[in-house]
Amino acid sequence: MELNNFLKKRKIPLAWLLLTRQPLRILVAIAGIAFAGILMFMQLGFRDGLFDASVTVHKLFDADLVLISPRSKSSISMSGFPRRRLVQSMAHRDVVGTTAVNWNFLLWRNPENLSTRSILALGFEPSKPLLLDSDFEKKAKTLKNKGRVLFDDLSRDEFGPVSSWFKSGRLVETEVAGKRVRVSGIVSLGPSFGADGNLITSSETYLDLSPGNPKGSIEIGLVRLKKGSDVEKVVRSLNLSLPSDVKVMSLKSFIDFEKNYWKSSTSIGFIFTLGAAMGFIVGCVIVYQILYSDVSDHLPEYATLMAMGYNLRSLLGVVAREGFILSIMGYIPAYISGQALYALVRSSTKLPVEMSFSRASIIFCLILFMCMGSALAAMKKLADADPAEIF
Amino acid sequence: MKNINNNTLNITALNHWYGHGEMRRHVLQSISMEISPGEVVLLTGPSGCGKTTLLTLIGALRKVQDGDLKVFGKQLFGASRKTRQNLRKNIGMIFQGHNLLRCLTAEQNVQMGADLLNGFSYMSRRAQSREWLRAVGLEDHLSKLPHDLSGGQKQRVAIARALAARPKLLLADEPTSALDSSTGREIVDLLKKLALEQSCSVLMVTHDPRILDVADRLLRMEDGQILPSV
Repeated sequence: MELNNFLKKRKIPLAWLLLTRQPLRILVAIAGIAFAGILMFMQLGFRDGLFDASVTVHKLFDADLVLISPRSKSSISMSGFPRRRLVQSMAHRDVVGTTAVNWNFLLWRNPENLSTRSILALGFEPSKPLLLDSDFEKKAKTLKNKGRVLFDDLSRDEFGPVSSWFKSGRLVETEVAGKRVRVSGIVSLGPSFGADGNLITSSETYLDLSPGNPKGSIEIGLVRLKKGSDVEKVVRSLNLSLPSDVKVMSLKSFIDFEKNYWKSSTSIGFIFTLGAAMGFIVGCVIVYQILYSDVSDHLPEYATLMAMGYNLRSLLGVVAREGFILSIMGYIPAYISGQALYALVRSSTKLPVEMSFSRASIIFCLILFMCMGSALAAMKKLADADPAEIF
Repeated sequence: MKNINNNTLNITALNHWYGHGEMRRHVLQSISMEISPGEVVLLTGPSGCGKTTLLTLIGALRKVQDGDLKVFGKQLFGASRKTRQNLRKNIGMIFQGHNLLRCLTAEQNVQMGADLLNGFSYMSRRAQSREWLRAVGLEDHLSKLPHDLSGGQKQRVAIARALAARPKLLLADEPTSALDSSTGREIVDLLKKLALEQSCSVLMVTHDPRILDVADRLLRMEDGQILPSV
């Protein structure tokens, strides 16, 4: 029945034929739409990637709650608070363990060309858990000797070929903050927006490397809770019981806190959203131009169809279908190029830029909107098709 | 005598003006005429005498300003846009230029006409289109684009397209003007033969003296008026 109905209604696919019989025009249109789509994929991909990158280390922490100083604004400006507060939090009956973490930027000397560069250094007690990674405990044991560090192999290349040297069995020694250290292991964390590279060491080595650090002061306190405890409840009660020189939050709020800093206190979000908007506008102009000139070129033909008895609505439908076909044909190359460029960005900048389903669908909707809007604007030209003028 | 309501076309005291105020021109002055089913009527006259205007009014492409114009018994004076639009489906039109769709093949162009028919499947409309092209002698050129067809062939496609919608009235505006004399003759004969098979009336505007003999009746127009037949 349905099929029967379809066969009765089926007509010549005029929109499709109009487009495909003009290969040059459709190529220009597809190139334009794909370009706009790629621009949007890149800009929004960078934006989300940068926000995600700002919390690569945060996400790996083995913790339920995090203690920070209320003066800390972001991972690049962490303030210290008394380590005693972390000990005090142990008094809460849901708390099963804590880890004190020092967090600051130190100067790393590239062992190959001896240039220095700022690296994010994390100091903790190697006997306690720090990261969720299952291999990490074994690597942490190597830090019990003084002057040993774990180097992040996802750090940018400017820090030197540390991990490849290490993996080839070479002894890698270099200077951090002017003191000699030896690389005793490799971890995979990933650079963030604020830090180009990371290293992990013991509290003891950390204090040795930054002697100016006030005694008993730490930047981050990790707190692990009993299974099944109400995280929000513990956060409230710890915030009430601890002095105001420390702030308690869940790990998730800590991650959001960091992301939010980059979103609201920097122009990254604005810049990349603006870039995507530019792509959108460029796409609109191109599609409008193409559809408008297409309608103008075929105006006598549209008028002929009207004279034959086709109504205006069915002709508007032709233009709308042209817009829809263009949006699909433009989106596919944009999506494929987007995937390829994301892979390129991942390999060259080590930023976690992934094709997410939500971004892919948002951009499809934007392209659809772009094409249909342009089609709508081009339809105005159809009003000029006067069948009485073609005789 | 003749029953007026059965006529394909009835026009009484039709007037039409172009422009406004001082510039207003009276292009059709009190035109009266009729065409009965299956009749082939030729309309001649110098250019600018209002023939084409009359044709667009009959073809429901323009609003009637004054007078009585009935096509298939339907009054067009004061008719809504929708009524005119629906009426057009029953009126075939053949233009001076062939006005084929450049991006469609001969077969697809004809099917644009057949697609206006309700109640046929896609395949049957397609078969009908092929049948029409065979009738105009173009069975070997089904999938050619207008670009690849000669002037006479294009006009044949246009005739097939106009007839594919099974009109009861065919309006043709100088269909032979772009063709050489022998091709023009063939086209007109073909047009007449096919129209008669469908019992479709034909109103043809022409300048071409060589084809006047196909007409059942000849009308002459001058300065917006139809001259009394001689």
